[in-house]
Amino acid sequence: MLILTCPYCGVDAEETELAPGGEAHLKRFGPGASDEEFRDYLFARENPKGVHFERWRHAHGCGKWFHAARCTMTLEVFGTYPAQTTKPPKAIREAITAKRPGWTWREFE
Amino acid sequence: MSEPISALPGARHDGLARIEEAGLQGMITLRGDLATKPVKAAVAAATGGKTPGLRGVAAGKTGTALWMSPDELLLLCPYDEVAQRLEKVTAALGDAHALAVDVSDARAMFSVSGPAAREVLAKLCPVDLSPQAFAPGVVRRSRMAQVPAAIWMPDAQGFRVICFRSVARYAFDLLGAAAQPGSAVGVY
Ligand SMILES: [Zn+2]
Repeated sequence: MLILTCPYCGVDAEETELAPGGEAHLKRFGPGASDEEFRDYLFARENPKGVHFERWRHAHGCGKWFHAARCTMTLEVFGTYPAQTTKPPKAIREAITAKRPGWTWREFE
Repeated sequence: MSEPISALPGARHDGLARIEEAGLQGMITLRGDLATKPVKAAVAAATGGKTPGLRGVAAGKTGTALWMSPDELLLLCPYDEVAQRLEKVTAALGDAHALAVDVSDARAMFSVSGPAAREVLAKLCPVDLSPQAFAPGVVRRSRMAQVPAAIWMPDAQGFRVICFRSVARYAFDLLGAAAQPGSAVGVY
């Protein structure tokens, strides 16, 4: 059972109260992009074993979208943070480094 | 003029807890920046009270405001006064970027009371309903089995549950089943 703290309403929401939104921090490629960029935007995902960043929605709660940093192998949650950002905040990255020294995910470390 | 009728008029079930359909309830959804003056004034116009803080319930002189999300409140008032309150709310909002809508007929409300009320709801919602975590003054949006629901305690005696009117029968039967005599778990 996955429990994520919604950064908007502060509720410790268990998985059935949430809706998954896939991988976080995707850069959108639309009109004017190359075929390769658009293909990768649609299909290329990190799908890591370990540290991962995801989007979740507190669907049966306050309704807001947020981000979660967690480990796909152990289900350990490093932290959650609001959706209005294009990269994981420093506090989250540091929390991950404390637990998984040397981690990388796309351009983040 | 048609006669307004609540979702399940007079429905009542006695088991581990008493489940009652609460009848017609005026409800206004208010969306906007809750920290701003026009929104606070709109809340005061509808409930005669304050704007609730995070997950809070603010009972006013003429109504109650429930915190639904960082930019949304549900304002409760007598059913037959909704139109009049909505006018005041709209006037108070003025030019502010905000929205107020009468949702009274889109919802159903139940009361769940009695010593086992906590337990009946705890069977259905992924929410910590222990007295330490859940008491009057707090509102929680969650799911009740398969449907969205909002729960709060108007007083220490019982709970109110709001769900969509379209699932009122499902919600009522669900609460009744959870309150079936002999099914007490005894956690609270
Ligand atoms: Zn939330």
